Amino acid sequence: MEYQPGAQKKPLLKGQKAAKMLKDEDRIFTNLYGWFGSDIMSARRRGDWSNTTEILKMPAEKIIDVIRSSGLRGRGGGGFLTGLKWSFMPKEIKERPHYLVVNADESEPGTCKDREIMRHDPHKLIEGCLISGFAIRASTGFIYIRGEFYNESLIIQKAIEEAYDAGLIGKNACGSGYDFDVILHRGAGAYICGEETALLESMEGKKGQPRLKPPFPASVGLYGCPTTVNNVESIAVIPTIMRRGSEWFASIGRPNNYGPKIFSISGHVNNPCNVEEELGIPLRELIDKHAGGVIGGWNNLLAVIPGGSSVPLLPKSVCNEILMDFDSLREVQSGLGTAAVIVMNKQTDIIKAIARLTAFYKHESCGQCTPCREGTAWMSRVMERMVRGDADIEEIDTLEDVTRQIEGHTICALGDAAAWPIQGIIRNFRPEMEGRITAYKASKQIKNST
Amino acid sequence: MTIKEIADENLQPKSFEWTDESQLTIDKILRQYPAGRQASAVIPLLNIAQRQNCNWVPIKAIELIADTLGMPRIRVLEVATFYTMFNLIPVGKWFLQPCTTTPCWLRGSDEVMSCIKDKLGLFEHYASTSDGQFTLLEVECLGVCANAPVLQINDNVYEDLNYDLTGKLIQSLKIGKMPKCGSMSGRQGSMPKNGPTSLVSLKNSDGVPTWCTKKTTS
Repeated sequence: MEYQPGAQKKPLLKGQKAAKMLKDEDRIFTNLYGWFGSDIMSARRRGDWSNTTEILKMPAEKIIDVIRSSGLRGRGGGGFLTGLKWSFMPKEIKERPHYLVVNADESEPGTCKDREIMRHDPHKLIEGCLISGFAIRASTGFIYIRGEFYNESLIIQKAIEEAYDAGLIGKNACGSGYDFDVILHRGAGAYICGEETALLESMEGKKGQPRLKPPFPASVGLYGCPTTVNNVESIAVIPTIMRRGSEWFASIGRPNNYGPKIFSISGHVNNPCNVEEELGIPLRELIDKHAGGVIGGWNNLLAVIPGGSSVPLLPKSVCNEILMDFDSLREVQSGLGTAAVIVMNKQTDIIKAIARLTAFYKHESCGQCTPCREGTAWMSRVMERMVRGDADIEEIDTLEDVTRQIEGHTICALGDAAAWPIQGIIRNFRPEMEGRITAYKASKQIKNST
Repeated sequence: MTIKEIADENLQPKSFEWTDESQLTIDKILRQYPAGRQASAVIPLLNIAQRQNCNWVPIKAIELIADTLGMPRIRVLEVATFYTMFNLIPVGKWFLQPCTTTPCWLRGSDEVMSCIKDKLGLFEHYASTSDGQFTLLEVECLGVCANAPVLQINDNVYEDLNYDLTGKLIQSLKIGKMPKCGSMSGRQGSMPKNGPTSLVSLKNSDGVPTWCTKKTTS
């Protein structure tokens, strides 16, 4: 089935296209499913480490330029231009060393892409660390992996050791004259450590509580030194961009939303999976072609959370035509986030699905800011009652109001992330919430009168 | 936020020392961090202590870590209570951690929970079977959503579960056997279960794309 770009509400601008299905040739993660080895020999056959020495002959500034012009936007949820982020690092190393920190604390509900990179293509990540580290003039790259990924951490550790043994990292990495260490650091179970400054706190041996910004990590980061924190996928695509060029990368996707991207599709689809696709692929095509369609058919679709639990859900009417990229999703008051697509069909208790996310944020609030610490717990209690319908209709407005009190009033975005799913459900499913309250009241009246 | 329970005094061991093996690992870990930044090793050391002590961290270990790293004890306790993965009370040989966050719930984590309840009688946080073999802790998203629902047992994650598969898993653990981790329905990684929809053309070339072959031969 073809989904025509003309179905889009807004006419496409000149030179703009809806993304086509990505060709296998243009997929970066050719071992996404673990069909082949993750060892260095297999990785080298797939092209990793093939001409790293040549890449490192380029001036650091030039590498940053290539990444900048490729238009790569951070794959961890923020969607900030990776090359631009790197350019905030000091141009010269003064008394403090520079650090690269890879955020491998993948824990946004719905997201399971970095795990596949780490266990099947670890050398892409390590080579990416070296090239990125070189570009920002870092002495060391730390990979902060979530503690639950124990088996994955063994694979990464093995790959690091292979790279050291082959002289690819460490002293005189790849014979470039540049010294660069890669160190794996395991976390211990805290969603909040996916927030970059909480991650840095955690690495320093403290509770993972976010820092106030500014100062930003590029000036005061790990151990008070200039630091760049990037997502696993952002770093793992760097070597391929350097080899194939920024024009190649920018030829995929849509304007300002370039490149391929791994989508994690979970929930009510026939074949949940991870798949690498072009940014800007229509959501419906993504679900139908790769995930075997919605359980019960497209018309049985209720809603989709398009970018991990923190972004507001999309009702079916929007899902019909929406393109999966940063800007298209922002236009409909949602976001691409980590590109974790959580599908819910009409058999879903949508209020319970969102209430469970609220409980998640309550569990994961670090407790530092009062609006979040108290607010997530309060919202969770109210959402639990909303699931049963044991509430007053006016409380929906109170709930909405509380989400606004939390949003934007906390140090980090966890408060916002907890608020948005609730705003999304009130915006799109208010009649369901009211209906449940009315039904609950009616059932009580029947009970009382008998 | 969650409040963590700390084991009663009568359960706490009177002393805690590093084994030789742990000490070797600790020396290696401490060398990874810059001078004066050994506090970075607090999570790794808590992890080593937990592995050494049947999957839970006693207070004496917290004191030892504080001494090893030159940190105030309260700072180590603060870290130990902050992170979900540190158990401060004894747990069973098999530590069952089913994920019940929305993506797993949509795919039937209720079945996993009810199987654990039926077969082992466990349904509350940190509840253990009377023989002390199994402990349950419902956890939040484990980052394996395309293979939901999942159950982590000690270091391993078991994927694509349902009621029956969870029952088989528990049965196997009861006779002391830990099955191979990964998909319990036989799926490879997070590939669509009906077969791949991408990368098919690279399946017979070891995942090597042609642009890459051209480059290396030229």
